[in-house]
Amino acid sequence: MSALLEVKDLKVAYGSILAVKGVSLTVNEGEIVTLIGSNGAGKSTTLRTISGLLKPKEGSITFQGESIEGRPGHEIVAKGLCQSPEGRRIFPRMSVRENLDLGAFLRNDKAGIEADRERVLDLFPRLRERYEQKGGTMSGGEQQMLAVARAMMGAPKLLLLDEPSMGLAPVLVDMIFETIIKIREQGITILLIEQNASAALDVADRAYVLESGLIKMSGNASDLAKDEAVTKAYLGG
Amino acid sequence: MSLFSGGYQARQDRRRYLERTLSIIAAFGLLFWLGINFLKSPSQFFQASLIGLSNGILYALIALGYTLVYGIIELINFAHGDLFMLSAVFSANFITIWFHRDSSSPAAWGLFLMCLLTVMILAATVNVGIERFAYRRLRRAPKLAPLITAVGVSFVLQFIGLRWNGSGPKTWNSVLPSGYFHISTIKIPYTTLLSFVITTPLLILMSWIVTRTRQGKAMRATAQDQDAARLMGINVDRTISFTFALGGALAGAAGLLFQQTRGLTSYNLGYQLGLIAFTSAVMGGIGNLQGAVLGALLIGLIQGLNDGLPIGLGQQWSQTVVFSILILLMAFRPTGLLGKAVTEKV
Repeated sequence: MSALLEVKDLKVAYGSILAVKGVSLTVNEGEIVTLIGSNGAGKSTTLRTISGLLKPKEGSITFQGESIEGRPGHEIVAKGLCQSPEGRRIFPRMSVRENLDLGAFLRNDKAGIEADRERVLDLFPRLRERYEQKGGTMSGGEQQMLAVARAMMGAPKLLLLDEPSMGLAPVLVDMIFETIIKIREQGITILLIEQNASAALDVADRAYVLESGLIKMSGNASDLAKDEAVTKAYLGG
Repeated sequence: MSLFSGGYQARQDRRRYLERTLSIIAAFGLLFWLGINFLKSPSQFFQASLIGLSNGILYALIALGYTLVYGIIELINFAHGDLFMLSAVFSANFITIWFHRDSSSPAAWGLFLMCLLTVMILAATVNVGIERFAYRRLRRAPKLAPLITAVGVSFVLQFIGLRWNGSGPKTWNSVLPSGYFHISTIKIPYTTLLSFVITTPLLILMSWIVTRTRQGKAMRATAQDQDAARLMGINVDRTISFTFALGGALAGAAGLLFQQTRGLTSYNLGYQLGLIAFTSAVMGGIGNLQGAVLGALLIGLIQGLNDGLPIGLGQQWSQTVVFSILILLMAFRPTGLLGKAVTEKV
């Protein structure tokens, strides 16, 4: 297995406050890796920095052997690193169709785009029903599906998912996690951020536990799920 | 139940009833006023409307610059009117002083077109520069910071205009064909016709760029959510620059058209017309492109009718009438004519 994404000693600050204090993690091709941790641990900050929305203070980010830290967001997307951000952030005054079009903004391969469009609409049949509806008028669950589908329209090599289950009804949470497995089966590597640690550890191969901006633990997801400290802190055991 | 008894629901009903009655009375008053003026002198009525619309279409060119920039970064670019003023001063110098043309001839028309191209490119470049150096670093600052910067830039541009054009207004000869043609009894100046002929394609081109092109798609996405746009691979900085370029180019065209059709330049044009254009953008619903054009045409028409009809308040009340209507409209439709209240699920 080769490392698709390698983050080393990443430090990110908001003004003078260090939010991420030294995160190192690796995502290998074909894996689902999850980054779990409580609110404010620095999970989203890490992801936003990988996507180029924030500039790191220190540390390196390597994607497919190429250093990408501090590069503008649009260049990073072009390399095949797409994100479904926290809070969904779909374009509210655009239809499902237009949102998906924007997901494929940088692509020119018409046939490939159409194939991917069919693929994500098969993955989320609900979006097909709402195809011409404005994003802002859909339910939270539908918006979440759209956010993931939109990120997939960029033909990602690595898909970053930031809290895809946040604020969703339990039945939809299950559905989202099933979909994550299906996406991996289509050959897309996934880095997943979750507060819902038990569900995340269920679908992931490996996991990192983030606490106050530092990686506290890492290992196979199934091992971590049995770990006493993790169970206690994150699984309500 | 009587309309005048107590209770919340009844008060609401009564208010709505009053509002409706008042607006019906106002609408009838307006129709009556237009009607008697029309009957008194149909040709004067059409003449006044024509003058109004030809002013309105000029306001529209400027108003679009305000609304485009507001739509994408929620900044009221106070310097925009002054960019229009500098474009007018530049055009006058370009045609009359540098190229020595002060009468209508085919060669001068060619020069006019050359000036149109030059001033559009120049104003676009200046506007992009203003954004790059004055506004960009303030993008994440509190909204008041770029706003006051914009006021500052406005004064800087006005001062340049003052040095360049002098403290008083200057008059210039037009290189456009003077004279009129008639449709029945209505006199239509060639310059009015030309204003429409030049402005209409610009407006159509603009709307095509925003709704149909890839760049326009990037603009609309950036306007709705900058970070999400970045995650789509959109170069947000370049998209915002492009928006300023579009607005600037339209202000440039407006400057030349104004200078050539009115034969006048003055350092405070930006304040006068800029304010009217900004008002148009607000009236139509700021951030809404069709709204800006509609608002501008309406304000032009209102001014034209008020100033030109035989029975009316006359020119000295022009601004008062326009702003009274604006205040009334804002009271009932705070989002403007075509503006939509933002209702989004989060």
